[in-house]
Amino acid sequence: MTTLATDSPSGAATPPDDAVPAIEARDVHVRLGASPVLRGVDLTVRRGEVVALLGANGSGKSTLVRTLVGVLPASAGSVRLFGHALGNDVPWGRVGYVPQRVSAVAGVPSTAAEVVASGLLHGRRLRLPRGWRTRVREALDLVGLADRARYATHQLSGGQQQRVLIARALVRRPELLVLDEPVAGVDRPSQEAFAATMTRLVAEGMTVLVVLHELGELAPLVQRCVVLRHGRVVHDGAPLRPQPGHGGEAHDHVHPHAHPRTLQRPADVRLADGPFERPDDTEDEVAP
Amino acid sequence: MIGLWEMVTDPFMQRALVAALLVGLSAPVVGTYLVQKRLALLGDGIGHVALTGVALGWLVGAAMGLVPDDVLAVPGAVVAAVAGSVLIEVVRRRGRTSGDLALAILFYGGIAGGVLLIGLAGGSSGSLMAYLFGSISSVTLADVWVTVALCGLILLIGLGLRAALFSVSHDEEFAVSSGLPVWVLNMAVAVLAALTVTVAMRVVGLLLVSALMIVPVAIGQLVTRSFRRTMLVASGVGVTVCVTGLSITYWHNVSPGALIVVLAIAVYAVVAVAHPLFARRRPSDPHPDIPDDVAVSPAGAGGAANPQEECTP
Repeated sequence: MTTLATDSPSGAATPPDDAVPAIEARDVHVRLGASPVLRGVDLTVRRGEVVALLGANGSGKSTLVRTLVGVLPASAGSVRLFGHALGNDVPWGRVGYVPQRVSAVAGVPSTAAEVVASGLLHGRRLRLPRGWRTRVREALDLVGLADRARYATHQLSGGQQQRVLIARALVRRPELLVLDEPVAGVDRPSQEAFAATMTRLVAEGMTVLVVLHELGELAPLVQRCVVLRHGRVVHDGAPLRPQPGHGGEAHDHVHPHAHPRTLQRPADVRLADGPFERPDDTEDEVAP
Repeated sequence: MIGLWEMVTDPFMQRALVAALLVGLSAPVVGTYLVQKRLALLGDGIGHVALTGVALGWLVGAAMGLVPDDVLAVPGAVVAAVAGSVLIEVVRRRGRTSGDLALAILFYGGIAGGVLLIGLAGGSSGSLMAYLFGSISSVTLADVWVTVALCGLILLIGLGLRAALFSVSHDEEFAVSSGLPVWVLNMAVAVLAALTVTVAMRVVGLLLVSALMIVPVAIGQLVTRSFRRTMLVASGVGVTVCVTGLSITYWHNVSPGALIVVLAIAVYAVVAVAHPLFARRRPSDPHPDIPDDVAVSPAGAGGAANPQEECTP
């Protein structure tokens, strides 16, 4: 069993640095094309916290995390990671990002080990460090895929591909892990493996911001829930109980991407208020 | 073989072989990144732009009264190709969806500009033939040194920064989120492609230059599971078809560029047909370690996976 030691042990080295939040977003506005997606979002994630980001499809969850890691530019507001404004000053080696899995595999086959190794590069580090093979093996071991290192990613199942992406974020031994729907459309064994991995990482002091449809297996770990609706934060506090009929084992959300019907639904229509029975695939899990 | 010694001692052939070997080695290295980025046609776009560069160099050379008047053709091609590749990268960065359209416009603009300018320079479009289809038999010693230098640069960057270029080509969003200088790395790939086009121009010609970058990669990815091996196999195939094709033209009077590309495609066809026959047999269950979670009737067994799997195409 491998343990995940962070490059700079928290607490010992620089006490002032520890007081700085891992993520500090102030009044973030993001536009995609002409439409505003985020409208003044404030979000702070302190060290060692596990924060779940919830909300309906189209509420801006993915947009927010992609903005936080610098993939999307904010049209207004500021984002600081470990106290540094987004850009070259951010200690990128301390941040691990797990994007939503894309089902399309790139043109040239690449092995799980090759994909994970690319996680070792960050900031100005453009070449693999010494001993990268060991670190790649450790990261794959952490997500339970040590025996799949030499498989091409397209030979792996959806859940395994997702775990490869998690290993790619973990290989650099980050202190902050940002995950975008890590268990959407993932089979039960992979979900359980993921929850076990996360439990261990959180116990070792990992700070986590995770976009979720439902708390699911991660419920025991989550300390705080932030709920987005129409690009605004409508709840920031204790974990919420799901709407009746939306929790529990029987209610499963397995679709990896937005359901076509929910995509077409106008953003301001509240299905729950209508005369119709709420369809089983509505995404509004949490009460305001 | 009769004549083989004769061939390798022929100074014309020696220079041509060195050029072909280097181009065959380095073009697939750049091609692997282009295929990974789904920009397989980028080389074609750059090749067309380079034609305008050739004509422009010719025009400038003629205006300055240089002898021969095409002495600036290759420098012109290098400048135009690099400028074109940078332009494509800028357009791709600005609006993601229009990259395809920008490429198409470069195709047409490149050819039309080339034909137009060569007319102004007092040449005929026939003057461009050597550049369109290659002229490896006329490689001079200076050309060989230029090829050595440029191929060295391509291999140095293409192999030295392999991990970073892989990261950017494989998942640009993740590379951005890692704080990598994605803009610089993308530009590096584009400029490498431009340099490859101008180097390979002598061997196979601008119209076929992209084939030398892409077809060996297509062969490589048929037989391997990893990026590194795809690149390795592609370079091996590139060297083999370039040297073999060129050698055949020593005895048979056919266009070396066309022959090299036809050879590469023939190898692709043979491998595509033969590889499944020799591939290692795998167990039919792709996930033998995952327990069956749904009971299925024997009639449906083997066909449908568990229902969750069906939801994740």
